[in-house]
Amino acid sequence: MKVEELNFAKEKFNTTMIPGKTARFFRTCLIWQFIRFVVINIKMIIVVGKSH
Amino acid sequence: MARLVVLGGGVAGHTAATFAAKWLGSQHEVVVVTPNSKWNWIPSNIWVGVGQMTREDVTFELAPVYKKGGITYKQAKAVSIHPEGGENHEKSFVTIEYTGQNKAGETEEVEFDYLINATGPKLNFGATPGLGEGSQIGEHTVSVCTADHAVHASQELKKVFEKAKAGEKQKILIGTGHGMCTCQGAAFEYIFNIEHEARKAGVRDNIELKWISNEPFLGDFGMGGLHMKVGGYVVSSRLFAESLYAERDVEWIIGAHVNKVEAGKVHYELLDGSMGEEEFDFAMLIPPFAGVGLKAYDKDGNDITDTVFAPNGFMKVDADYTPKPYEEWKASDWPRTYQNPTYKNLFAAGIAFAPPHIISKPAKSPNGTVINPTPPRTGMPSGIIGKAVAHSVCDLITKGENAHLHEASMAEMGAACVASAGKGILDGQAAAMTVYPVVPDFDKYPGTGRDTDYTFGEIGLAGHWIKHILHHLFIYKAKLNPGWTMIPE
Repeated sequence: MKVEELNFAKEKFNTTMIPGKTARFFRTCLIWQFIRFVVINIKMIIVVGKSH
Repeated sequence: MARLVVLGGGVAGHTAATFAAKWLGSQHEVVVVTPNSKWNWIPSNIWVGVGQMTREDVTFELAPVYKKGGITYKQAKAVSIHPEGGENHEKSFVTIEYTGQNKAGETEEVEFDYLINATGPKLNFGATPGLGEGSQIGEHTVSVCTADHAVHASQELKKVFEKAKAGEKQKILIGTGHGMCTCQGAAFEYIFNIEHEARKAGVRDNIELKWISNEPFLGDFGMGGLHMKVGGYVVSSRLFAESLYAERDVEWIIGAHVNKVEAGKVHYELLDGSMGEEEFDFAMLIPPFAGVGLKAYDKDGNDITDTVFAPNGFMKVDADYTPKPYEEWKASDWPRTYQNPTYKNLFAAGIAFAPPHIISKPAKSPNGTVINPTPPRTGMPSGIIGKAVAHSVCDLITKGENAHLHEASMAEMGAACVASAGKGILDGQAAAMTVYPVVPDFDKYPGTGRDTDYTFGEIGLAGHWIKHILHHLFIYKAKLNPGWTMIPE
């Protein structure tokens, strides 16, 4: 049994999606998150620019 | 010399006052009336509420900042607005009551040429019996709406963690304390920060976390939810939110109007009309917001509060307030200049303006109880509106009464939002989101109501870094440190 799949046992959680080990790893992977940091900032600057 | 009076020193008021003072220079006067002696970066109250920041980390004294900005500061609350003037006053004036500066309780009548109402909300604890009317800090529950509230919440949470450490099972309930609350995002951040801290403290197994909210679905956030591009799909925020709750083992009750709070128990009504109860050892329930209760009088002293303010206490502006069904709501209903339609020298910004209607789909239980989130008007939209209104007033003062008014419709502006899901430089996480526009425009974007090229969201450590940087950046800006005007709202 994979740990991340345990919560599917609850009826309320059964029809949603739960991230697996890889997805959770990348959420705190420093190299990947640094790249995402740059990408998210660019996206946010564009939205901020369109809003002023 | 003209005088601009700004009521309120929160995000909208502070932004409006500081920019107006910079643009007007010393030829004109900007006065800020706020009952608080300190400025509070409210988004970081979440971290105070879990003991990861102190009150001092999220607040600073206003007086030296306003002195530096050339702004007259009156630590007082506004009581009434007299847009036509009155006895002994040819000009418009506002009656204020001091709360500090060694003049507490004293009243003063302050004349103005233009007024920006940015008072923010009254935390309406009284709307739900037992939520905390009178104490203003929560009665059987806690709040994170102010820095002081958050300090209190942190102290109470610590006791719960200690009991959990001793092996006692604890139940934590977080969400909204009424069917017409807004600010679900703050409660969302708080529950996941508690979850994060509980795991760090090794007590997660002894803590049951439950979410209760007036949202019709998880991820509504008072904006009717949002659709974003993820992994090549366009998905609803509902999927995203449910995924996070399931991953972190947080159960939810949604479509709930909390109608009574007792010690250790809330009573609620659901959208299907059924009633329920939920017990708790610790609960943080956001109170509903209302206008601060400002009155308005004409030249003869007649009450014109209904002319200037909507029934919920927020100021009427250039929105279309005609009652109409959800299917007929338009983006163009939303205000553009935030000028009062009756008195052209009155403006409102931030939470203080009356929205034309909610953003989420309206909903009622079979018993007639309204259960739907009210629209968020905080953060980035609040700052942008404050700046636009300040720009308009400055132009009216310097270019004359026919100057073009600046516009900042929430149906045409986007918002960047970073919702913390746990603090930590290496293990923290936050959901970084943008929406464009804030108020969906189904004529322009049929289907989702928003531009999916500019509406996105993802959760991760990068979001936390951004949230942490924004904390320092916005406090730096609010202190009017060098280059502050370069930092966007």
